[in-house]
Amino acid sequence: MAVELDVFVGNTIIMSEEVYQLWLDGYTVNDAVKVRMDGGALDEFEANADVVQSDTMDQYRTFQMCERLLHSPTKLANQLLFQIPPHRQATLIERYYAFDDGFVREVLGKKLSKGTKKDLDDISAKTGVMLKSCRRQFDNFKRVFKVVEELKGPLVENIRQHFLLSDKLARDYAAIVFFANNRFETGKRKLQYLTFQDLAFCAGQLINNWTVGAVDNMVEDMDVDLDKEFLQELKELKVLITDKDLLDQHKSLVCTALRGKTKAFNEMEANFKNLSRGLVNIATKLTNTKDVRDFFIDLVEKFIEPCRSDRWTAADMKLYLTHYTNSAHILDTFKHQVVWDRYMGVIKSCIFKMYHD
Amino acid sequence: MPGKLKAKIVAGRHLPVMDRASDLTDAFVEVKFGNTTFKTDVFPKSLNPQWNSEWFKFEVDDEDLQDEPLQITVLDHDTYSANDAIGKVYIDIDPLLYSEAASVISGWFPIYDTIHGIRGEINVLVKVELFNDLNRFRQSSCGVKFFCTTSIPKGYRAAIVHGFVEELVVNEDPEYQWIDRIRTPRASNEARQRLIFLMSGELQRKIGLKVLEMGGNAVVGYLQCFDLEGESGLVVRAIGTACTLEKLSSGSSTHTHPNTAPASNACNSPSKDGKEPVFGEDLPSSSGPPTPFRALPTSSSSPPPFSPSKPCSRQSSSSDTDLSLTPKTGMGSGSMGKDAGPLKTLLRQQTQTALEQRGASSSGLLLNAREFPFFTLTSFPSGFLLHVGGVVSARSVKLLDRIHNPDEPETRDAWWEEIRQEIKSHAKALGCHAVVGYSENTNICEEVCILSASGTAAILNPRYMREGCLDIAGSDHRFEDPSPSSCGFCHIPYDELNMPFPAQLTYCFHCRRQKVPDVLFTTIDLPSDAAIAGKGCFIQARLCRLKKKAQGEVNATAISNLLPFMEYELHTQLMNKLKLRSMNALFGLSIQISVGENMLLGLASATGVYLTALPAPGGIQIAGKTPGDLNNEQHIMNIQKRINDTIAKNKELYEVNPPELTEEVVGSPIPEPRHRSRLFRSHSESSDELSELDLSHGKKDAFVLEVDDTDAVEDIHSLLTDAPPPKGFHSCNTETMPGIYNWTSALQMFTSVRVLRLSNANLTNQALNKIFTDLCENLLKSFYFKLRSMVPCCLSHLNFSVAVPEEELIQVAVTAVAMTFDKDQTQEKPAEKPIMKGCSEGEEQLQFPLELCADSSSVNSQSSSRISGVPESSSLSTRAASVDYGSFADRCSTWLELLRLKAHTIRRGSVKTSRRTQSLAHSVSSLEHSSPITEGRSRLLRSSRSFGGSSVSVVKMTPLSFLPGTRIVKYLGIINMFFIRETTSLREEGGVSGFLHSFVAEVFAMVRAHVAALGGNAVVSYSMKDCVLMENPNKNQCQCLINVSGDAVIYIRETDLEAIASTVGLSSTNSDGAT
Repeated sequence: MAVELDVFVGNTIIMSEEVYQLWLDGYTVNDAVKVRMDGGALDEFEANADVVQSDTMDQYRTFQMCERLLHSPTKLANQLLFQIPPHRQATLIERYYAFDDGFVREVLGKKLSKGTKKDLDDISAKTGVMLKSCRRQFDNFKRVFKVVEELKGPLVENIRQHFLLSDKLARDYAAIVFFANNRFETGKRKLQYLTFQDLAFCAGQLINNWTVGAVDNMVEDMDVDLDKEFLQELKELKVLITDKDLLDQHKSLVCTALRGKTKAFNEMEANFKNLSRGLVNIATKLTNTKDVRDFFIDLVEKFIEPCRSDRWTAADMKLYLTHYTNSAHILDTFKHQVVWDRYMGVIKSCIFKMYHD
Repeated sequence: MPGKLKAKIVAGRHLPVMDRASDLTDAFVEVKFGNTTFKTDVFPKSLNPQWNSEWFKFEVDDEDLQDEPLQITVLDHDTYSANDAIGKVYIDIDPLLYSEAASVISGWFPIYDTIHGIRGEINVLVKVELFNDLNRFRQSSCGVKFFCTTSIPKGYRAAIVHGFVEELVVNEDPEYQWIDRIRTPRASNEARQRLIFLMSGELQRKIGLKVLEMGGNAVVGYLQCFDLEGESGLVVRAIGTACTLEKLSSGSSTHTHPNTAPASNACNSPSKDGKEPVFGEDLPSSSGPPTPFRALPTSSSSPPPFSPSKPCSRQSSSSDTDLSLTPKTGMGSGSMGKDAGPLKTLLRQQTQTALEQRGASSSGLLLNAREFPFFTLTSFPSGFLLHVGGVVSARSVKLLDRIHNPDEPETRDAWWEEIRQEIKSHAKALGCHAVVGYSENTNICEEVCILSASGTAAILNPRYMREGCLDIAGSDHRFEDPSPSSCGFCHIPYDELNMPFPAQLTYCFHCRRQKVPDVLFTTIDLPSDAAIAGKGCFIQARLCRLKKKAQGEVNATAISNLLPFMEYELHTQLMNKLKLRSMNALFGLSIQISVGENMLLGLASATGVYLTALPAPGGIQIAGKTPGDLNNEQHIMNIQKRINDTIAKNKELYEVNPPELTEEVVGSPIPEPRHRSRLFRSHSESSDELSELDLSHGKKDAFVLEVDDTDAVEDIHSLLTDAPPPKGFHSCNTETMPGIYNWTSALQMFTSVRVLRLSNANLTNQALNKIFTDLCENLLKSFYFKLRSMVPCCLSHLNFSVAVPEEELIQVAVTAVAMTFDKDQTQEKPAEKPIMKGCSEGEEQLQFPLELCADSSSVNSQSSSRISGVPESSSLSTRAASVDYGSFADRCSTWLELLRLKAHTIRRGSVKTSRRTQSLAHSVSSLEHSSPITEGRSRLLRSSRSFGGSSVSVVKMTPLSFLPGTRIVKYLGIINMFFIRETTSLREEGGVSGFLHSFVAEVFAMVRAHVAALGGNAVVSYSMKDCVLMENPNKNQCQCLINVSGDAVIYIRETDLEAIASTVGLSSTNSDGAT
């Protein structure tokens, strides 16, 4: 005696968010049933194992049928097959496109290609995210990347409209796309301490200030590619470290402003030239794609690590960078104020975010 | 050439990729009606083509309009090879043929392919221009309205109930034609789908003709079924109740009578068909006091000639297997139909008298009972139903043979005629002249076919009857005293001295004047004014019986031998379960018997209730056969204790606390529990005692079960295994749950199918019974679990259907609706609550204040602000957020529907405006749909749209005739669809479950799309008539047929109605101020 067929279909979609999450997490039906029963499903409404099993199967089938639609969420709103209340549609989509920070951290900046997909087993083992879930998340990244690649207009807005995601999630996806496109190196050991949210914040800064889109908002890839002209102009900042007078003048201005305001003053004074060289060198090298990729690692190596070894506090860091940026304006021979602000604005906020005490 | 059909193909979307190379499709559309076909241009390389075609015009007879569906085929153009079909849409244009319903069909339809399922959607516009045809001999019946609803539809008044109509058409099944061997499965499926569409169109037209002949304008309780008889053909048959309906409109109670003229015309020429206006009725308003000019016919009619030759078992005067045992099983004897001959002439005479009578009647409310005084209705205007006798049913087993001449389906006609005659005679035996809640069905296994019919014998109110009514049976004294409506229907219609079956009678516990039986079984819904105690509950009796495999006549005989035993056992089970719940009446009883090759399945479902007019049921007492055996005694005592506990628990659970009675009033002693009359598990034995019984005495008592063999022990165990629904849940199979009156608006209709494979070949009857019982119980448990978020809620209209698709398989399909209710108010007395159920509603209330808000422009602006604005939270507060659905979109669309409706009534006929409002009604998609725009723009549009609005309008579905918290303002026509789905890649589609799951979802989607295209927002009285599944897992194949039906309607939330009223009030005062 065996159940040959068992279906339950409602006119309005029937789903429980708990089961949806289990499905998204890559649980098999049997494992999901186990989890549900351990979670106390049996206590409710005199359910037994068969009932839970049957319910889980029905929902899994529904989700599988919905999955095709979830790949292009705008279809979900005007498809006719399932009657899904709008708030449920939003949940379905938002949850489907949600990802594990641990997983995304691993693939951030990697090429979203078949090669990477093959490494998912390892990532799954490392992060503890089930392989099935890894695949879903990876495919989501790839799908979003492919769609927005060819679109004009602001990146976040495009993602939000095409995938009907919340603002927060759309921003995260924009960061992922941005990282994948510019292939920023994030996997080095020195960068391991950075969370996805740190990096996503930096990506947001870069997108808003350094891309083509920051100046012109109707170009293709405007939010994905860095503004070439700007990168070229950054070379002009070199004068800050090559011109000895300027460098000294800059240092004395900063030191005057900082004196007595921080315990780390001595280290700041001693390291000023080194640190300034580091930051300006990063700026001048950004015309090379290779150096763009190393942007974050350079920031860590050239600036964050020296400061950390000198035990700067985050407040010290803020103070220093603020004065460092502002003092440049007072330098009378320094003519590149606009570029400097555009550069330092991003650097400042990135470093604030990346500097963990 | 009395009609012009116009169709326009607007656009497609989400089409499948047909060209692998480009990942695109070159789609075009063929539009076919009858033998005429038009084509659109090819729209190259797009998955979202915009054809925006011209209007394709078909000039056709209205007969064709009724029979034929509009067939739309979407194809992929291929330069080098044959064009590939993407899929089809069949559109039934019947709803466009009557003036009050939809005037245009417009919307997105799923493109359906029998192999691949839904493949994209297509936007279509369809209109019909009808020219009046006054030809008396016409073959069409345009304008007759059809309703699946088994009560008088809301917003209508039954001016005349004409009575029973039936028709059947037969054809060869394309699946079994020789050509099927050479054509593709797709072609074969499509041929079948098309044929069934045609046949049901034809059937509906023929029924419509009969209705017109009778002088009616509508069919209520329309029930259409398919019999797939395999080799021997395909039968489509339908029954219904012909009525003359009047729309309740503004000019309230002054009934102008447009219908009287045609009706009397029809009756003036009774030669055609012999129609007998048998009894008429006043306006069925509950408010009016009973008019005293009652009982016209009493004197003339004498006690009926009783024909108790056939032993009628109490409620289900069962299959009468003597009939089916005989060689009649072989071939339908055509002679049966002639029996009615002399009857007819008799009836005709009566017609004359009735006519004279009617001249005088002012209201002209007539009720015609024809040859068969059957009514497919299950609920009635109050005062209509006078007495209920009990369930009458008849079954017969037939052997199918090829239908030789499809144009003359007399064999099948004769079979049904036979059964109906039997039903009629059963009803007569119960002293009743009518059968209500009547239904028919078949069950086919190979070449054996069981035909069944059942209904409830009843007496309809004689006050409304005309003299000489054919069957005014029963004892006339009963009519002398109008009984109160709360208990009247319980009073026995038959003669207590000459009872058709043994029963214990007592005086009615309500009025103390009339006799009532101790239990009452019926197939109808609980009358809305019946007095009950506590709540109702779903009761099911299940039975499996093994049968030897056999062929042909031997098989038929074996089956007909088993039938009476099955009916008897089902009946006993029902009775026991009823007692166990301390209840005394069953409503909505349906007994289904299904044949397989080696077993028979019986399933009886009903809703139990405690009628306060009937005596309280005694307990159940267990008696042992061998008193000496101590062990046994102990055992029996244990069982007895368990039973008593269960009864006590159930009493509490269902809140069955009948009012205590005082002895003085009764005038007879209340039965003491110790005094027991022994009732064995058969009714017949007590019959001789019966005459000696003091009938005034409440002898109702404990029901004794004798434990004499293992069977009996099994029975008792199965009694106790039925688990009550978990807390917060109630269930019933009737329209409304007795005892619950305060529904909130959340609802969830669902269909569930389960198939069990019996692996063990050598099962005993008991083991089978257990398996079957568990299957049903587990299904119920599953429902409770799945719908737990809706608690407190009630599963209403639980409709189980069983089948034995092949050897060792048991299939159970259930369709039902879960509805939430407000827990706090459940205690309220029914009398104090506005009654949900249809006809007793104050009719003036039904008038929808449409005209009021007609041309105030402020309404328009108001509505547009509503669309973009925020929903009012105040009126939504009571809804359960988890289940009830997007109230905002919903409300918007109802609002818009309302406006559309209004616009419609004002500027009817003007194409442009109605189209504009229509597109508005489809809320957000409207812009895209009315003017195809470039992708860039639509993207822009999308960006401005927040998530809140879904572009697909919500369509609710329910098997009930009403939607709680709403008012149905318009019936748009009947939905009757038949689909076939087949797959040759079963595993890839997730096995049978995956296959069926998507198919059921697709069927729902297509129903919703059709309703939305008609401008509707709900389907009521929805039912899945058939779900036939044939699988062959070894070949990786599966085929499934599903037939669904229902009424497309527009409903408006009651809160919105109030809002409109207030808006109108506001705007009018405003304008007053301005002027």
